[in-house]
Amino acid sequence: MSKPETVSEPAGATAGAGRRALDPQLRALESESIHILRETVAEFRRPVLLYSIGKDSSVLLHLALKAFYPAKPPFPLLHVDTAWKFRDMIRFRDATAARLELDLIVHVNDEGVKRGISPIASGSALHTQVMKTEALRQALTLHGFDAAIGGARRDEERSRAKERIFSHRSAGHGWDPKNQRPEMWQLYNTRLAPGESMRVFPLSNWTELDVWRYILLEGIPVVPLYFAAPRPVVRRSGTWIMVDDERLPLEPGEMPEPRAVRFRTLGCYPLTGAIESAAASVAEIVSELEASRTSERQGRLIDHDGASMERKKREGYF
Amino acid sequence: MDTAAPSAATATAAGRTRLRLLTCGSVDDGKSTLIGRLLYDIGCLADDHAAALAKDSARGSAGGDLDFALLLDGLEAEREQGITIDVAYRHFASARRAFIVADAPGHEQYTRNMATGASNSELAVILCDARKGVLPQTRRHSCINALLGIKHVVLVVNKMDLVGYDQAVFERIAADYRRFVDKLKFASVAAIPLSARFGDNVARRSVNMPWYEGPAFLELLETLEADPPAEGQPFRMPIQWVNRPNQDFRGYAGTVARGRVRPGDPVAVAHSGVRTRIARIVTAGGDLAEARAGDAVVLVLESEIDASRGDMLAAAEAPPPVTDQFAAHLIWFADEPMLAGRRYIIKAGTKTALASITSVKHRLDIESLGHAAARELHKNDIGLCNISVSEPLALDPYDENRATGSFVLIDRFTNATAGAGMVEFPLRRASNIHRQETDVDKAARAALMHQKPACLWFTGLSGAGKSTIANLTERKLHALGRHTYLLDGDNLRHGLNRDLGFLATDRVENMRRAAEVAKLMIDAGLIVLVALISPFRAERQMARETMGPGEFVEIHVDAPIEICRRRDPKGLYRKADAGGLANFTGIDSPYEPPEDPEVVLRSAERSADDLSNDLVAHLRGRGIL
Ligand SMILES: Nc1nc2c(ncn2[C@@H]2O[C@H](COP(=O)(O)OP(=O)(O)O)[C@@H](O)[C@H]2O)c(=O)[nH]1
Repeated sequence: MSKPETVSEPAGATAGAGRRALDPQLRALESESIHILRETVAEFRRPVLLYSIGKDSSVLLHLALKAFYPAKPPFPLLHVDTAWKFRDMIRFRDATAARLELDLIVHVNDEGVKRGISPIASGSALHTQVMKTEALRQALTLHGFDAAIGGARRDEERSRAKERIFSHRSAGHGWDPKNQRPEMWQLYNTRLAPGESMRVFPLSNWTELDVWRYILLEGIPVVPLYFAAPRPVVRRSGTWIMVDDERLPLEPGEMPEPRAVRFRTLGCYPLTGAIESAAASVAEIVSELEASRTSERQGRLIDHDGASMERKKREGYF
Repeated sequence: MDTAAPSAATATAAGRTRLRLLTCGSVDDGKSTLIGRLLYDIGCLADDHAAALAKDSARGSAGGDLDFALLLDGLEAEREQGITIDVAYRHFASARRAFIVADAPGHEQYTRNMATGASNSELAVILCDARKGVLPQTRRHSCINALLGIKHVVLVVNKMDLVGYDQAVFERIAADYRRFVDKLKFASVAAIPLSARFGDNVARRSVNMPWYEGPAFLELLETLEADPPAEGQPFRMPIQWVNRPNQDFRGYAGTVARGRVRPGDPVAVAHSGVRTRIARIVTAGGDLAEARAGDAVVLVLESEIDASRGDMLAAAEAPPPVTDQFAAHLIWFADEPMLAGRRYIIKAGTKTALASITSVKHRLDIESLGHAAARELHKNDIGLCNISVSEPLALDPYDENRATGSFVLIDRFTNATAGAGMVEFPLRRASNIHRQETDVDKAARAALMHQKPACLWFTGLSGAGKSTIANLTERKLHALGRHTYLLDGDNLRHGLNRDLGFLATDRVENMRRAAEVAKLMIDAGLIVLVALISPFRAERQMARETMGPGEFVEIHVDAPIEICRRRDPKGLYRKADAGGLANFTGIDSPYEPPEDPEVVLRSAERSADDLSNDLVAHLRGRGIL
């Protein structure tokens, strides 16, 4: 690993003034995640943190700042940009990297762009395949990363529930769910053959509610799209799609209307449904979640596009 | 008890950590149904999941009733086969507590998944079918849980609806079970009669079984007091990573594995015994006054000492045993059997080294809890073994502390996690047997003979020509004035290796001894020729590592098996083909050809004399001659 540099102010400074003590449950989760991050740095040649700008990435980054304090996280951040992210996400990404003086790599699948791939023209399945799955594989190969740290949680989706914390990928970045390494205690088998790589999921044991409670108690900044505000939306497939720029073609009779909505997950804007909500602060989100009866991926159109998450993961999707 | 309005906030307000539990049972006992039902009854099921469930159920086997098992069976392949085949982790919270459930499979060959789930759980839920009672699987699972240090078990007697909610059936099964687990020393054992499908005694007490006076399943989970970490435990922290951002700061990052630590406490580096004190406990949120087991911290020491990843910081007055030989229970996961004498990678705490099993004391017979003699462990076997490691490890007995008493073994060639172990006790202190230094050394002995010692290791099928070529080569080296010795596999079996047969374990030991003798001869300054089938890659690698760099020359005497069979100089192929010779290499025992040998001699293409000339030329090229 490259020599870590010091950060001049405590990493916890991002946490701001409003910090409160963690309860035992969150403390245990935080310690476990820090342990995993340190293990990754100690055992791999060239790790990278997959920074997707969402709340999970924000928590992951915060944990990385803590894990290596007073040194800086000894790995770069990688954002696989599909060119269809919300504008607010990109602004937040660049501001975060600048504020924390982090090494941020942005990768776009140029070939996909040239082929004119987009969620509108190509449909969500092809767009995801080319601009996310293939793009990620490209970036990992290009930079020779042997461990990619991601923010996926086991409570998100059924096939994730069986994912390992250190999840092995073949030389072609494929995942073989039948042949996973058993994970005993906190002893992780990190050995790789040439060309193989590892996906590492430090947030495996967190739930969506844990993530929000942690953001609240630690004062972690997140993209404003998570908070309810009047936004121009149209109704599609039972969910609200935000008209984030002029690239979204409107169907006949469709008129963007301002509505108080927020997002539970963030992705490509034409594929990410908003929910109607009045929750305008982290504390309100936590209370809303405690009363909620729908799962967070419900708003994700790509999870309902036919290819199961498991199949996407076998092909190298995160 | 109000289960209708779950709130994780209330659960955590109680200040409790999540209860980690594991469900196990035979296939179709209803594990998935039980957990699915529980989630549904306490309202933890998101509406969209419930809708998806209703849709899936309509297609599935439950004939339109909600099939709760579908909630948990995540992977496509297993859903097609209708079985759960891997560990899945599920989170949920009731009004009183939050839980993580590891769902472990019932299939016998998937013991490893259950052990995985158990290694991080506090409570095991063991299911059985009321119609079938306690099965061998039930016993097996209980035993694995006990071995992995689970202290609390709940026996769920499921499908009571199918036996008319009969009290006598339940009591008989519960009594059977208690008789069996008595020997396993659990801290608590509960039994509940239940119907997962209809929800009897799942989230609420059943009206169908008024005779049962105990708690419903949920109530039991909510009220179980998992043991608090014992106070007064000695401090341990394996060093994960040295945090050294600049010249002024040096901290040791790690997770406290046992006990607690405060600034000022005297600590020692377990391996070197060097003592110092804790100066600071650093975290990003500020220095701490105390860190306890489970906390991830950075420790700054009062004096600069030499320590790095793999070392352990420990309470100075109560350091762990540091040992290079210990006894441990081993659970075997790999398809390839565990062979005594073979080397594996061992990972214990943050330390990685090489380990080999020196002997299997016994295999555990899970059903009778008895001991069976064994020399190998196969997939899913559990055995008590003596293990020796290339570098001393700091280890506690597993029943004193999981984190510092556990290890995994990794196959060096496939990188698969081959087994997991739980330390019983150290066999000796690492420092007891010293290596005696001698004044005349290898270099001095070799100089007197004017030669460079080396080991020429001939490997190949029986009849490939190893002995013939080795013999010719030795003659030529001898004629050149070199001091040599030829160790021939057949000859060794008349003496040193007389006690060994041809099973895989025997072959491993055969190779180990040949390598050790060759090493002594190299030390004596000789050029040693070893002609040995040596069929396994792992042991040839071991032999290579036994010698110094450049001393080991692997020579693959390569001939197609058909040619070897035609030559059949000792008539062995004829016997083996007739079934008169078991475990014959190339026939019913594998030969793993070298992947990257120094020399390949194709004996089907050229004469033995030519090949030995080639070899001599090669040795010149390498600077050995
Ligand atoms: N009658 C009855 N059937 C049950 C009960 N629990 C589970 N089953 C059925 O038993 C079968 C296997 O259940 P499942 O939960 O998939 O078992 P697993 O393999 O242990 O996860 C399914 O068809 C269930 O509907 C029960 O309490 N009563």
